[in-house]
Amino acid sequence: MIQQPTNTAGGATSLPAPPSAGSVTLTINGVQRHMQLAPWTTLLDALREYADLTGTKKGCDHGQCGSCTVLVNGKRINSCLTLAVMQEGNEITTIEGLGQPESLSPLQQAFIDHDAFQCGYCTPGQICSAQGLLNEGRAHTEDEIRELMSGNICRCGAYVGILAAVKEVVDKQSEIVK
Amino acid sequence: MNSFTYTSATAVDAAVREKSTNSKAAFVAGGTNLLDLMKENVERPTRLIGLNKLSDLATIENNPEGGLRLGALATNADTAWHPEVEKRYPLLSQTILAGASPQLRNMATNGGNLMQRTRCYYFYDLATPCNKREPGSGCSALNGFNRIHAILGASEHCIATYPSDMAVALAALEATVRVSGPQGERTIAFADFHRLPGDHPEIDNTLETGELITALDLPAQGFEKNFTYLKLRDRTSYAFAVVSVAVGLELEGNVIKEARIALGGVAHKPWRVVAVEETLRGATATEDNFREAATALLRDAQGYGSNNFKIELAKRAVVRALKQATEMNQPLDANAFLNSNP
Repeated sequence: MIQQPTNTAGGATSLPAPPSAGSVTLTINGVQRHMQLAPWTTLLDALREYADLTGTKKGCDHGQCGSCTVLVNGKRINSCLTLAVMQEGNEITTIEGLGQPESLSPLQQAFIDHDAFQCGYCTPGQICSAQGLLNEGRAHTEDEIRELMSGNICRCGAYVGILAAVKEVVDKQSEIVK
Repeated sequence: MNSFTYTSATAVDAAVREKSTNSKAAFVAGGTNLLDLMKENVERPTRLIGLNKLSDLATIENNPEGGLRLGALATNADTAWHPEVEKRYPLLSQTILAGASPQLRNMATNGGNLMQRTRCYYFYDLATPCNKREPGSGCSALNGFNRIHAILGASEHCIATYPSDMAVALAALEATVRVSGPQGERTIAFADFHRLPGDHPEIDNTLETGELITALDLPAQGFEKNFTYLKLRDRTSYAFAVVSVAVGLELEGNVIKEARIALGGVAHKPWRVVAVEETLRGATATEDNFREAATALLRDAQGYGSNNFKIELAKRAVVRALKQATEMNQPLDANAFLNSNP
């Protein structure tokens, strides 16, 4: 089913018919996916509703909570504030692409080891954001990690565990660099 | 969102032509502000012209004036962490990093940053009158909740503030905006780019129909020795400024050769008063002189109830920012912005 625009609800007759869905090709976790999407479909909705990758979560849908964070060409973004059609040709990585239950990524393992969640809803966004932070290589101290994780909100308040988990992986990575 | 069609632009002139012949079309780059406003039905374009494939506009390189040219489509993050920006324009780098979140800075572009619209709650709320959203409907902020609103340059029709951090530094640095339009290319001095609300609060800037920002030119003088961006906000990170101050100083010993002071969060555009900066030229860098300048900067300030506190706050922020820029005793690493708001 194609997402309907809000302005055709209620059967208004003077409005033109919405444009038909177009073919969009997205590269998600290394796999090319061909989809029929209306232009107003956000990357977040494309992932969840059309690619069946429901690990990425919809929280505020306005770029304020960070639960929809994914990586595009290795950089973290809010998938709710970009259109799927704008991301053609880019490498999209979601939480499903970072690791698998039998082979967790270092961040995923650290989140478990440090009990870095309670309800878990913000966790995929937290981990994708932390992966973006690692890729940037700008955060080293706890203060720097706090600042550069400020785009992700945890309403359960698991920040202490999240900070410890990210710090552990940041420290391990900087040892490798040394 | 309302329905719209999407096209990905492959050339600047074609994008400009399409935009100038379709009043319901909008450019989209990062999309962080426009898509949000479209979800709220505040913006209702019927056609989006995507700019992301115009990679020529995403570069950062030296300009003929000995400064730096920032492509309009370079992201805020790539700009803030560009080695030349960090080295020659640390004020700009810090200012960008004081805004939004890492995710948003990875999406938002330099051109788009200038085009972002006010965060006035009434502008977002379709159930209340707003002259910026619907000209002639009235201003709900004037006698409403106006804690985040303007204290300088407002009009009876609109007291909204312009929310960008980056633009406050660009004002202090006297950047130039390069635009491409149906009549060709032209440049706009940064001070002339954003406008005061006056009788037409629905118009944020001086772009003509169809014009597209292609780059921002920074002059050679980057004030890299004495600068500061002081951002005061309701939480330490990821919040808009209540009041912010960008300062660039050129000092010879304790004597001020040149001073730039721009304020954010207080008006419909970054606020600068060149005459006040001129009074500091040749003066010694003392707290008394700073306080005098701050008083002069805020002389015409007017509160609207909930935001009265901003007048005194802005004065004190100016004094502190000038002191910080003189002493340069705040940490200067890439995350120095952390300490700008103890």
